[in-house]
Amino acid sequence: MAKKSLVPVETANGYAQLASEVLARAKTCGATEADIVVADGETLSVQVRVGAVDRLTKAREKRLGLRVFIGKRSATTSTSDFSHESLERLVADTCTLAGAVVEDTVSGLPDAAQMATDQPNLDLYDDTVLDTETQIDWAKRGEAAAFATDKRVTNSEGAEFDSSSGRVVLANSHGFVGSYKSSSFSLSVSPIATDSETGAMQRDAWYEVQRKFGRLASAESIGQEAAKRAVRRLGGRKASTKRVPVVFDPETAGSLLANLCGAVSGYGLYKRASFLLDKLGQTIASELITVYDDGRMVGGLGSRPFDGEGLATRKNTIVERGVLKSYLLDTYSGKKLGLPSTGNASRSVGESPSVGPTNFYLVPGTKSAQEIIGSVKDGLYITELIGFGINMVTGDYSRGAAGFWIENGELAYPVEEITIAGNLKQMLKDIEIVGSDLVFRGRITSPTLKISEMMVAGN
Amino acid sequence: MSDLIQLSKFGVTEFEAQHALDRLNVRDVDYADLYFESRTSESVSMEEGIVKRAAKSISQGVGVRATAGEKTGFAYSDELTKKDLEIAADTARYIANSPKGDSPVPVPTQQRPTRDLYPMEQAKAEVATAERVALLNEIDAEARRYDPRIKNVLASFNTEYKVVAVATSDGALVADIQPLSRLQITCIAEEGDNRQVGSFGGGGRVAFEFYREGGRHLDYAREAAREAILNLSAVDAPAGVMPVVLSGGWPGILLHEAIGHGLEADFNRKKTSAFSSLVGKRVASDVCTIVDDGTLPSRRGSLNMDDEGTPTSCTTLIEKGILRGYITDKLNARLMGIPLTGNGRRENYQSVVLPRMTNTFMLAGESDPQDIIRSVKKGLYAVSFGGGQVDITNGKFVFSASEAYLIEDGQITKPVKGATLIGNGPEILTKVSMVGHDLKLDNGIGTCGKDGQSVAVGVGLPPIKIDEITVGGTRS
Repeated sequence: MAKKSLVPVETANGYAQLASEVLARAKTCGATEADIVVADGETLSVQVRVGAVDRLTKAREKRLGLRVFIGKRSATTSTSDFSHESLERLVADTCTLAGAVVEDTVSGLPDAAQMATDQPNLDLYDDTVLDTETQIDWAKRGEAAAFATDKRVTNSEGAEFDSSSGRVVLANSHGFVGSYKSSSFSLSVSPIATDSETGAMQRDAWYEVQRKFGRLASAESIGQEAAKRAVRRLGGRKASTKRVPVVFDPETAGSLLANLCGAVSGYGLYKRASFLLDKLGQTIASELITVYDDGRMVGGLGSRPFDGEGLATRKNTIVERGVLKSYLLDTYSGKKLGLPSTGNASRSVGESPSVGPTNFYLVPGTKSAQEIIGSVKDGLYITELIGFGINMVTGDYSRGAAGFWIENGELAYPVEEITIAGNLKQMLKDIEIVGSDLVFRGRITSPTLKISEMMVAGN
Repeated sequence: MSDLIQLSKFGVTEFEAQHALDRLNVRDVDYADLYFESRTSESVSMEEGIVKRAAKSISQGVGVRATAGEKTGFAYSDELTKKDLEIAADTARYIANSPKGDSPVPVPTQQRPTRDLYPMEQAKAEVATAERVALLNEIDAEARRYDPRIKNVLASFNTEYKVVAVATSDGALVADIQPLSRLQITCIAEEGDNRQVGSFGGGGRVAFEFYREGGRHLDYAREAAREAILNLSAVDAPAGVMPVVLSGGWPGILLHEAIGHGLEADFNRKKTSAFSSLVGKRVASDVCTIVDDGTLPSRRGSLNMDDEGTPTSCTTLIEKGILRGYITDKLNARLMGIPLTGNGRRENYQSVVLPRMTNTFMLAGESDPQDIIRSVKKGLYAVSFGGGQVDITNGKFVFSASEAYLIEDGQITKPVKGATLIGNGPEILTKVSMVGHDLKLDNGIGTCGKDGQSVAVGVGLPPIKIDEITVGGTRS
């Protein structure tokens, strides 16, 4: 049974106090500016396999990350040991490290005037605490539903239910202190289907993640979807090598959108390692494409009230009807490109900021997936991509794929052991239809997409 | 390094460790262990000609585990007090809801690992940041000197110094110091609108001097620059099924993806691997013998002991084409009744033990590398690769070339753009028709991901010819 927990409110204040002490200490060691991140969290993870508990993991953890600037030199450190001596040593080490690197003229904290002044409640936290038995029950029901859906589901890699909650506190030498709590609840089910004639196996999975426990779909519906996805892959064959239209389902279309996200990220751009270099204001995609990054979507999986440097998050238009309107930037990469931060600094505790999306999504069109598949006479419907064959510098794209061959507008048979290849610059322009089926299942989300033509390699 | 490490390094007494193991000593628990880890990671990185970033991270904690039948209970903590150990032990014990065991837990006896594959004085593992900065500066200069078209050099040097101790319910207490470092270089070349990338790197469980020995760091820099410049003239890769020759060394990632993961015991115990019922059967041509060897001195994938305290070993996976066995950790070896191979590994104290590869490679064959190329009328010669991935269940794997050439009438001709190669694990090695006599191990850059956990691995390969595999280019 779910029960509510009482979380001591002192925690955020306690960390803010700790942060201010460490910042003061850094100043006495010669730091001209500094910022600090403290994160803690609790996780309970339950894995069930073929009806029995397979693994149970429980943990609490905490970590503190410090970044100091001595003039234009900087260094970053982190530790899980919050004792007084350990933190004193950390501050001293960080200042020594900063002294050893070269001056970087654009480095530094954002201006004090840029710090977030509002920290809205984005509804990211649910104080529901699930006990172990409840989580085991969810995982068991999800897996059982997969087995019950189709008798060809013969085995399982298991079902996993995770719950976690945590807090982030960010403070800097401008006097900014921000904090927020967040939680997540997820169920994934990974069944294996067997072809009774050949003995060939196929695995697939389905999952859902929510910040609120009450918003999770039923365990049964997740298990059933996972089973359908595994079973439909049975009997996969290779396709012949040819150039055809390719339809990406929302999961694989999301990976294309993630490639776009990488290409507009400030760090790749100033290092000249992106295929979208110097393209701001230019048409980079089909006019059907509009992409937003919205850091303040209520309850969003990528939402946060402030970014990794303490700037307010916001909704940025990245691509509007095919025209590249904005990059994703933090202060540093923005300065390198002569642009202001877009509030996209992402921060893992022990590292200096980088750039990351918040809720990065492609605005849906009007056609259903069925209608899009119906528009293809001879082509490919992709449901899985594997491998890392993407060259972000050139946009060259070549990945392993699996899915279904489309014949006269219908899914005819499953295909596997094929590759699809092209160049992302061209692929973005060749998007011919954008589906209506946008569902926020992660930080980067796309509806079904159809690309007019790609090279498929198989037999 | 196999200096005798005391638990006191972690602020814990042997008595406290035994006490925690005793709390795990309930009737259904088959095995329990405590994994203490202290890790210091440091990195310096450069771009645009300056070393801009330096970072250091320190973490310490304990992972507490109990296994009962197929079940694993696991908890971890970054606090190492007696009370935290007790809480973790009680959590891990949850999976075995049974009364106290009858036989007492033995007092752990301190043991040394049986070998010392990476002897290094601590002083040598700790190198002043200034020396690392100087190393990167020399690399930047060398890469730019190689060709003026090199417009940016991204280089990073990372080290990890890890002290681990494992106390087990079978009475062992064994510790190891595991140094690891890696130098990675990426060059970006530009010529008009044409921009290309090239990468190279290396490392291992080696001291800092390794990188300067014989100007090794400068060789790395020139290799990264050479690949970037070469790619400026690369033509579109072909698409379809064709013969492919892999050069020696890092292309051994083929073995890691195509067969290595499929032979990890957990997938086979659960019968979810495409290799599940193939022991004793032919899965490769008879020129293929493949091993996983964690005992090679100083290699990135090597360990004195695995993360359960078992000495690593050299395990024959495939012998002259016949599948011989799996790589195991304690849980899976026990449940399957097969030998323990010392492949129980974990990323850190926060993660569970899984059977993982160490250094996976194919033994040398008899063919002359030149003859291998000459035997191909029209195909691909692949020299370097980016990452790879495999679907364990259906056996389909991919790996992506970053430097490749066309072979036309037995001659290596034009460089081609990167392309993904895709095949089926249990099938692909049956198509290996020639194996070169010169085995090469990779330079020490591999990191393998499984279940969200990264561990350092090595691969190796003599040059081989695969009679047919699907190449995912754009040109028909």
